[in-house]
Amino acid sequence: MTKPETDAFLSVRDLRVHFPTADGLVKSVDGLSFDVNRGEILGIVGESGSGKSVTSQAILGLHKGSRARITGEIWLDGTELVGASEEKMRSLRGDKMAMIFQDPLSSMHPFYRVGDQITEAYQVHNKVSKSVAKKRAIEMLDRVGIPNPDKRFDEYPHQFSGGMRQRAMIAMALVCDPKLLIADEPTTALDVTVQAQILDLMRDLQREFNSAIILITHDLGVVAETCDKVVVMYGGQCVETGTVDEIFYEPEMPYAWGLLGSMPRLDRTRQDRLKPIAGQPPSLIQVPKGCVFNPRCAYQDKVPDDMCRTQHPDLVPTGTSASHAVRCHIHPEERRRIWADEIQPTL
Amino acid sequence: MIRYILRRSIGGVLVLVVTSFVTIFIFFIGPKVAHISPALYFVGKIPPTIQGQKLIEHRLGFDQNIFEQYWNWVKGIFAGRTIGDDQSLVHCSAPCLGYSFRQNLPVTHLILQALPIEISIAVGAAILWLVGGVVVGSISALKRGSIFDRAAMTLALAAVSLPIFFTGPLLLLVFKYKLKWLPNTEFAGLTSDPLQWFKSLILPWIALAFVYAALYARLTRANMLETMSEDYIRTARAKGLARRDVVIRHGLRAAITPIVTIFGLDIGQLIGNAVITETVFNLHGLGLLSIQAINSQDLPIILGVTLVATFAVVVANILVDIGYAAVDPRVSYS
Repeated sequence: MTKPETDAFLSVRDLRVHFPTADGLVKSVDGLSFDVNRGEILGIVGESGSGKSVTSQAILGLHKGSRARITGEIWLDGTELVGASEEKMRSLRGDKMAMIFQDPLSSMHPFYRVGDQITEAYQVHNKVSKSVAKKRAIEMLDRVGIPNPDKRFDEYPHQFSGGMRQRAMIAMALVCDPKLLIADEPTTALDVTVQAQILDLMRDLQREFNSAIILITHDLGVVAETCDKVVVMYGGQCVETGTVDEIFYEPEMPYAWGLLGSMPRLDRTRQDRLKPIAGQPPSLIQVPKGCVFNPRCAYQDKVPDDMCRTQHPDLVPTGTSASHAVRCHIHPEERRRIWADEIQPTL
Repeated sequence: MIRYILRRSIGGVLVLVVTSFVTIFIFFIGPKVAHISPALYFVGKIPPTIQGQKLIEHRLGFDQNIFEQYWNWVKGIFAGRTIGDDQSLVHCSAPCLGYSFRQNLPVTHLILQALPIEISIAVGAAILWLVGGVVVGSISALKRGSIFDRAAMTLALAAVSLPIFFTGPLLLLVFKYKLKWLPNTEFAGLTSDPLQWFKSLILPWIALAFVYAALYARLTRANMLETMSEDYIRTARAKGLARRDVVIRHGLRAAITPIVTIFGLDIGQLIGNAVITETVFNLHGLGLLSIQAINSQDLPIILGVTLVATFAVVVANILVDIGYAAVDPRVSYS
């Protein structure tokens, strides 16, 4: 296996994560590719079951030992991860790449002190004494904005508030100074004021440590506020990718339009209803033929010969910029016209 | 915490009072219903003359009302008592649990004799089943669906279904009579002859632990499977912990908590199952003592054993609850 022609810090190439089940093969992730550079925040958005979390766990190698069948390549700073041994992955996990999970309460061990859980994460990868590790943990707790860190060190997760818990989780993830941080819906379980604090904190820390961040979320507001690049996932595939500005101001895929239309906004009058995307997310066992989005897409009549239902579209650059690519059969000019004339004015 | 222990202890004392009173009440009311004097239980099958019966009733205090009898019994525990009349006097020093009809010995003495055997059986078997059950259950959970898992769980199902009065004699048959590995299973005290102590108890331990270990293995397996799918296990793996640490420090640590609770309760209630074990292996523990007492309707012994057994359950319950706070930091009694 040769390293791909990219200098990205993390490069995912044609990743497929399939789970054999009694009902059939679940194609949770099916041919996903993206790059993340140091100092960059990539947002992965999509609804539940679109393969976001499965992707993040595949990068960390957390599927090893399960029934998942993983193919494709994941390159982290020149090391290929899909074929790497469990021991190799273990040494990278927590050290070079770390993860923050959605629900900080259930993600922390209820029986261990918060400080000890952070210390443990540090001591796995650093041969240091307990007191050195403790000093480091307190330093991290302080860094993520937990007041009285040396006192809170000895408390249990249930004695922390939701926001403080997520800060502690971030401290735990960053204690070994990882170069890649994956945040899997880090603000979903928090209330809005705390969400903003946590996002600010992540951005600050990223600037400080110059790490690459993958932010997985279904909250477009979070993406708009935080990310540099976006991957829009649907049915285990990337259906559109681009910079934040491209995704928010020039989206070309009907699914992305749907996502934007279903986002509540303050600058809209109250009478306008949100526009949910009709239909249900696709079955990952019997993936729709042709375009994965076709059963819910309102623009199939723009494409001749019923191509949406018969041919699987490729992820093609839009031509307007190198970073923007879309998986859609509709002619690019027609797409831009629909966006400009029909969609954008209604948002 | 201290207030909690105090409160629980007071509750425990109440339970002891109620249990003992109910027990004494049953033995008081039983003969009344059957229209026979409890004195007959004392003298045996040959009925005495009416005068003789009255004499015995007076000597043993059966002519008093139930509250007086209960009071005398309780007083005996704390201050000792004298049983009898001017013709025959027996002093029974505190803690006096009464005086056996049949064995002509103080109940306290009989119980103290049986207690070391009882404790030896209980502690040995408990260690065996706790360690065995948890280890087998954990491995089963981690190798779910493997041959080990299936074999262990089938064996566990069989073990739960096999009563001690089947496995006990079977063990005796094989190891004592056929293989002759343990020709002499006479009980000896731990301090006087440790080797013989061990030899006399290893088969009862196995027989008794077998039933419990099977339950504990299944319980541990189920708990472990649930725990290993928790989010914090994923966090532990994401930290880069070795699998052994993930399993033992994070998985087992959480999975074992409910088992600690059940373990405490099982230890307290062990006497029921120990009865059969002691009978099969002819060990003179509390179980055998109470069985013999029930068969010969030796009321004071039954009363004494009931009190001791209740005490064990009450203490075990309190210890479990206190222990739970130590195991699970989310539980606090202050």
